[in-house]
Amino acid sequence: MTNDILVYIDHFKGDPLPASWEAVGAARKLAADLGGSVVAVVLGASVSDLAAAAIAHGADGARIVEDPLLAEFRPEPYADALKTIAANAELLIFPSSGRTRELAAMVAVDLETGVAPDVIELEVIDGQVIATRPIYAGKLLSKIVARDKRPLILALRSRAFPKLDADASRSGDIVTVEPEINAPKTEVKGYSDAEVGVSLTDAAVIVSGGRGISNNPKLSPPAEITDEKEIEVWKAQQGFKLIEALASVLGGAVGASRAAVDAGYIPYAHQVGQTGKVVSPDLYIACGISGAIQHLAGMRTSKTIVAINKDGDAPIFKLARFGVVGDLHEVVPALTEAFKERLQG
Amino acid sequence: MDFGLSQEHEMVRRMVRDFAAKEVYPGIKEADRNQEMDPQVLPRMGELGILGICIPVRYGGQGMDYLSLGLVCEELEAVDTTLRVVMSVHTGLASMTLLQWGSEDQKRRFLTPLAKGELIGCGAFSEPGAGSDFSHISAAGKRKGDSYVLNGEKMWISLATKADLAMVTVRTNPEIEKASAGLTTFVVELDRPGITRGDIHGKLGVRAGSTGWISFQDVEVPLENRVGEEGEGFKVTMSAFDSGRYTVAAGATGLIRAALEASLAYARERNAFGRPISDHQLIRQKLATMRREYEIARLLYLQAGWLKNAGERNTLETSFAKHFATDASFRAASEAIQIHGAYGFSDEYDVERYMRNARGAMIYEGSNEIQTLIQAEYALKERQDKPLRMEMPAYDAEIWQAG
Amino acid sequence: MKIVVCVKQTPDTAATVTVENGVVSWGDAPLVINPWDEYAVEEALRIKEQQGGTVAAISLGPEDAREALKHALAMGCDEAVLISDPSLAGLDSLGVSAVLAAGVGKVGDVDLVCFGRASVDNDTGIMGSQVARRLGWPALTLVSKVVSIDGSSKTIEVERMLEEGRQQVSSTLPAVLSVVKEINEPRYPSFMGIRKASKAEIPVWTASDLGIGEVPSPALAWPEIYAPAKVETKCEFIEGDSAEAIAAKLADRLLEEKVI
Repeated sequence: MTNDILVYIDHFKGDPLPASWEAVGAARKLAADLGGSVVAVVLGASVSDLAAAAIAHGADGARIVEDPLLAEFRPEPYADALKTIAANAELLIFPSSGRTRELAAMVAVDLETGVAPDVIELEVIDGQVIATRPIYAGKLLSKIVARDKRPLILALRSRAFPKLDADASRSGDIVTVEPEINAPKTEVKGYSDAEVGVSLTDAAVIVSGGRGISNNPKLSPPAEITDEKEIEVWKAQQGFKLIEALASVLGGAVGASRAAVDAGYIPYAHQVGQTGKVVSPDLYIACGISGAIQHLAGMRTSKTIVAINKDGDAPIFKLARFGVVGDLHEVVPALTEAFKERLQG
Repeated sequence: MDFGLSQEHEMVRRMVRDFAAKEVYPGIKEADRNQEMDPQVLPRMGELGILGICIPVRYGGQGMDYLSLGLVCEELEAVDTTLRVVMSVHTGLASMTLLQWGSEDQKRRFLTPLAKGELIGCGAFSEPGAGSDFSHISAAGKRKGDSYVLNGEKMWISLATKADLAMVTVRTNPEIEKASAGLTTFVVELDRPGITRGDIHGKLGVRAGSTGWISFQDVEVPLENRVGEEGEGFKVTMSAFDSGRYTVAAGATGLIRAALEASLAYARERNAFGRPISDHQLIRQKLATMRREYEIARLLYLQAGWLKNAGERNTLETSFAKHFATDASFRAASEAIQIHGAYGFSDEYDVERYMRNARGAMIYEGSNEIQTLIQAEYALKERQDKPLRMEMPAYDAEIWQAG
Repeated sequence: MKIVVCVKQTPDTAATVTVENGVVSWGDAPLVINPWDEYAVEEALRIKEQQGGTVAAISLGPEDAREALKHALAMGCDEAVLISDPSLAGLDSLGVSAVLAAGVGKVGDVDLVCFGRASVDNDTGIMGSQVARRLGWPALTLVSKVVSIDGSSKTIEVERMLEEGRQQVSSTLPAVLSVVKEINEPRYPSFMGIRKASKAEIPVWTASDLGIGEVPSPALAWPEIYAPAKVETKCEFIEGDSAEAIAAKLADRLLEEKVI
């Protein structure tokens, strides 16, 4: 038994998933408390560059398996490869994805050890690793520890742990391993495009617009639109484009208050509230929404509420965790840019 | 005395609750505003077997008991009264009347497709000039060889324009001294020549439903369509009301529950004077009353259902249930509006719709004044239940579930 | 086609869940079939309707855990079995997967095992993969569509929902699927089904019926279960000289607090 902390590097079509670096970062922190080396594990057809990147992001070394049977991710051959490498480790840490969930599950069975997915917090107390994960849809939290079996297998929730910046000057050994791998009984036939649009009730992030969305004196409508009501709707639609852009950057859905829907700014399908949909996202950004009780009834269980409104006394601020008293037509696009920089950089 | 409901009852109740919540509730406000019945409701209730829930399997139904009918109506009306109205007229007034009074031939020709939802039925009893004073309806049926010719107008008929057939009671004997003994009931296919029908809009409530009028002009109806004997029409119609009234009672109980649940949710959220309004005594009083009256209404309709299961006459018990539940549901809905404050006055919330819907049930299926008179007659022993020539069958799981 | 659906009984998702002294309770909220499992049952029934065969629902739980199985029967499963034994209490996924795999083995000649994507209580989403690994069968998780399935040629093709998009995968049978809710719309239990289910006697398999002497003891322990601390909603107003400055600050705060 070594005290290696293994970190599985998740990748898709040759690109590493950024969450993998968060897992490396988390492993680094654990290594500081526990001792032991952080060893990246990369499996695939040709992965030495990914291994190098892992070292740059904080791993002390890497173990790789390069095999044509691993060209396309399938959990069974990947588990065959990984179980040999992980057998003597103290910890095996994964970033979260559909792939890693299957892989972690199978390696746990192969090594007769425990696995805890969706970990949001890690601590070390008296040399013991304690992982915290949500249960009952996050209504409760559970702390998990390993009994006698090792490695303890953990999959970390994305963006719950910080990653270290890449440092090309870091170095470490990349060791090639050649475990026995059985050919899979399954075959990937192909891929098709990801879904367009996120459903409101499933969305983890919702950006909503209210009555205030049409109030933008700086906008000039095109010459053809002269009717006052039509101008108002046109301005509102421009405003909703800003909302959509922010939602898109955050991977979220677009919502609206009843007032906005009644005024014809956006279809009813987007309505959040007593009469519309009841939502419970992790993040709800309310733009130009006053926070009348029937709207609140539809979104008050959101984990975090951010309100952007010109009126500092709007009731929504009583429920919001973060507030901006300002013009949504300026703040929302600025926020889109700010997130683009931070998330896509 | 076992007050428990069986696991089967619980599963039935949950299934209907899920259906109504998932498929009807999302569009109900719009349907109510537009005064148009959602075209999916009748086909879906038919497909799922809800329309034939308490009809024996051999007649196309689901073979469940009368308690199940009540539970289904409670769940349906908790979402919207119009769903329960379908059960009242299609299942109560039409199907169950045929189950009680229909010939085997009529059960095959009409009851079976009704139970399966292949045909939609309704009850055409009330008229522009006669509701409570049913003995003195004026629509007439004249015997002509092997058929009858019907003339007259029926009004306030739920599903008038949606139904395929109607149970119609007319005066066949204008001479007879006791007016009620001169009535006869028929099953009338509504595509017979001479029938016209139309919708009535502008109702205070039950707007997501369909209420209308049916006019008969020299409509020929064959002898085989007569339900019961000539002159039995009053008894047949009163039997129909025993069935329909039960569904109204169960449904109104569901409405009390809906008003209560909406009020509890709102009262916990809304703050006034530094705390949720559910902390304030005057609000608590309203909630307690709603809860108490729900429990009373529930026990009353379950008792009626239990008697029906036993094959025992239950006109009085059904009258108690209908009377109490409908009055209580109007009170509950009105108080729910009060609890919601100004928001209760807006159609943003459901409670104003509950109140508008509740008001109708106090009037139809035997107005609550008629219920009072019925109850007085029983109390004074002026009224004795005489055995009917055709009784509503008791529930027997084995017989009813046999194919 | 012989299909097994593994179902779990969980508290209604609307329940208020609390914990006291490490014991989780949901008050008088009803125990129901894990909502994800309904999609699995529905898919199994659709495959059976198309291909012929039988669908059996199995569940591991305490002696009185029959709601989920009754619901599966009412939806149309041909049979239901409860695996229950005092020696099988307190297992973690290592043990549960061994028990379920043994259950599938006892049903015998199974072509397909279906799971819902996760259970709403523990929410780990690993059982399908683990049972597959124990059986030595391919695991196809996050299935959003069964494109084709053939009992005679023993092949199946599915579409899976990955973060990166939809993936088409073909496999031999027998195989284990876990399904997502995009795959279908579960049917309501029919009244006939409800009647049959409420009358049904659900057999119980004990550990010895399954022929498992030693069940893997839990590899994990749960020293603490607690409710997350209620965040005081005092609004933190973000200020700045320009929209850009405010936006930058707000974005940083949201990332700091791990909201994003």
